[in-house]
Amino acid sequence: MSMVQESSGTTHIFLRFLTSLRRLISRLPLHIILIGAALLWMTPTFGLLVSSFRPATAVGSTGWWTAFQTPFQFTLDNYSSVLSQNGMARSFLNSLIITIPATIIPILVAGFAAFAFAWMKFPGRNALFIFVVALLVVPIQVTLIPVLRLFTDVKLVGTFPGIWLAHTAYGLPLAIFLLRNFFGALPRELLESAYLDGASNMRVFFRLILPLSVPALASLAIFQFLWVWNDLLVALVYLQSPSKAPMTLTINNLVSSFGTQWQLLTAAAFISMILPLIIFFALQRYFVEGITAGAVKG
Amino acid sequence: MSDHHRSTVWSRLFGRIQIRWRGTNSRGRLSPWLWLLPAFAFVSVFLIYPVIDTLRISFMNANSTAYVGINNYKYVFTNPSMQDALLNTVLWLSLFTLLAVGLGMLFAVLSGRVRYEAVSKAIIFIPMAISFVAAAVIWRFMYAYKPEGFNQIGLFNEIATKVGLQPTAWLVQQKIPYTDALLPTPFHTNNFAIIAVGVWMWTGFAMVVLSAGLKGISTEVIEAARVDGASEWQIFRRIILPMLAPTIAVIATALIIQGLKTFDIVWVITSGNFGTDVVATFMYKEMFNYQDFGKAGALAVILLAAIIPIMLISIRRFRTQEETR
Repeated sequence: MSMVQESSGTTHIFLRFLTSLRRLISRLPLHIILIGAALLWMTPTFGLLVSSFRPATAVGSTGWWTAFQTPFQFTLDNYSSVLSQNGMARSFLNSLIITIPATIIPILVAGFAAFAFAWMKFPGRNALFIFVVALLVVPIQVTLIPVLRLFTDVKLVGTFPGIWLAHTAYGLPLAIFLLRNFFGALPRELLESAYLDGASNMRVFFRLILPLSVPALASLAIFQFLWVWNDLLVALVYLQSPSKAPMTLTINNLVSSFGTQWQLLTAAAFISMILPLIIFFALQRYFVEGITAGAVKG
Repeated sequence: MSDHHRSTVWSRLFGRIQIRWRGTNSRGRLSPWLWLLPAFAFVSVFLIYPVIDTLRISFMNANSTAYVGINNYKYVFTNPSMQDALLNTVLWLSLFTLLAVGLGMLFAVLSGRVRYEAVSKAIIFIPMAISFVAAAVIWRFMYAYKPEGFNQIGLFNEIATKVGLQPTAWLVQQKIPYTDALLPTPFHTNNFAIIAVGVWMWTGFAMVVLSAGLKGISTEVIEAARVDGASEWQIFRRIILPMLAPTIAVIATALIIQGLKTFDIVWVITSGNFGTDVVATFMYKEMFNYQDFGKAGALAVILLAAIIPIMLISIRRFRTQEETR
């Protein structure tokens, strides 16, 4: 009796083992594709990171995948030399100087316009807003020549204010579009009671609308920040002076003059990636929302 | 139903948005215009005026001193290297869009079925954070080439030599590797190598948006189909794909815009050399290397013309969305 019970228990366990094994095998292609894709997506960046810590001679003569054999040779020299000799420290600072105003100004200006579009009545409101939606996809290239000429005339070529103004304008259509939609969805009662209490438009905008819109502002700010931080074209055209170059421009110049000095290029590229990666890991939700919303920008 | 679905897709892409037109507050007639003024000043100077001026410039000579009719456009469409750049751009917008949407769909469907979904999606999305310039450095290194007999430092050539093949200069090579077959423009090997970088960056975008769309499809419908004996492929083909069609359209729109304006990747990887020029890199060269603003303007106008259908579709989609609310 007990023998029978025992054997049926073993059979049961064995059968359960078989089903889970079958499930695992049938799902194996799924795991292989996904893990393979994840590895493929990570490997290039990982190779860059490893190479940026290897001595110049090693980077140029052996593959980065050999770095994990003895003798281990890792160094911070590449970072100290790109930061000092190749001007990446200055460029990092320039990137910040360019990006911070070029993020704050367009959001503020767009906020004003979005407030009007969402909460004020005026003739042609709908048509004007549709016009803004249309401008969203205009490629920057169409504006380069006239704006460059204009900047030449008013001596804004190669200046920080010039590039702030250009990035502000390029960022506006998307920012107006997103903020108007968010502002328009705020509860009407709240605004009405504020106006009843005698609040001015200014007060309603700064004390009520902006604080209530933090999630939208965060996504938008992250998008605009990364857009400007990662931009090459606008800096290349309007900011022709090396002393004011952001990191993208400096790396581009390093690639054309030291195209095979991989220890420098990898370290420089990684320095430019640090801030975006921190933002990605720290603010993933806003990050994904901001990036996906901005994908249609021209 | 489809209009409703389309509008939810649109709003998903643009965050959690609910639009209600209400304008009770019209204190003073001037007030709205004052609030709009700064934005319209910027947009007029940096977008509206330049578009009109570029149109004018595209019909003028190199330094815009005399009108030359449609000569610039004639040149753009007949000059062989310009034609190559145009074809390369067409390849970019088709292949880049197709691959990013296809792979994004594959990863979205697969990652929804595993426990490590969040991690795998994050890994594929990360390249969206970094600049095209950094991506270009990363991939130049992956494609790095050393002649036979030297240690390879690029991963692709390392793998190639390990399996007994000759190393290939991926970014210069225009023939099919290991053959003498030269495919016509734009199907050169190095073009594919550069487009792969774009796909690496943008697949995460397609995946994240499609994955959100997939989660919106009711599981009841899919379960019912499964009970009726539908295969997984049939479920995908007959239920998931049609329901995601509007989402795919929105993603494809975004990717086509990106593909059309491709500049940074090509510029940093090859500077458009070895037959990899696209419209935007050629435009830059016309501006700064050849100082010909007329031809550069014509190229810009071509980009704008290609965008206009997308612009009209976006406006129509936006209007339907407004009406259904």
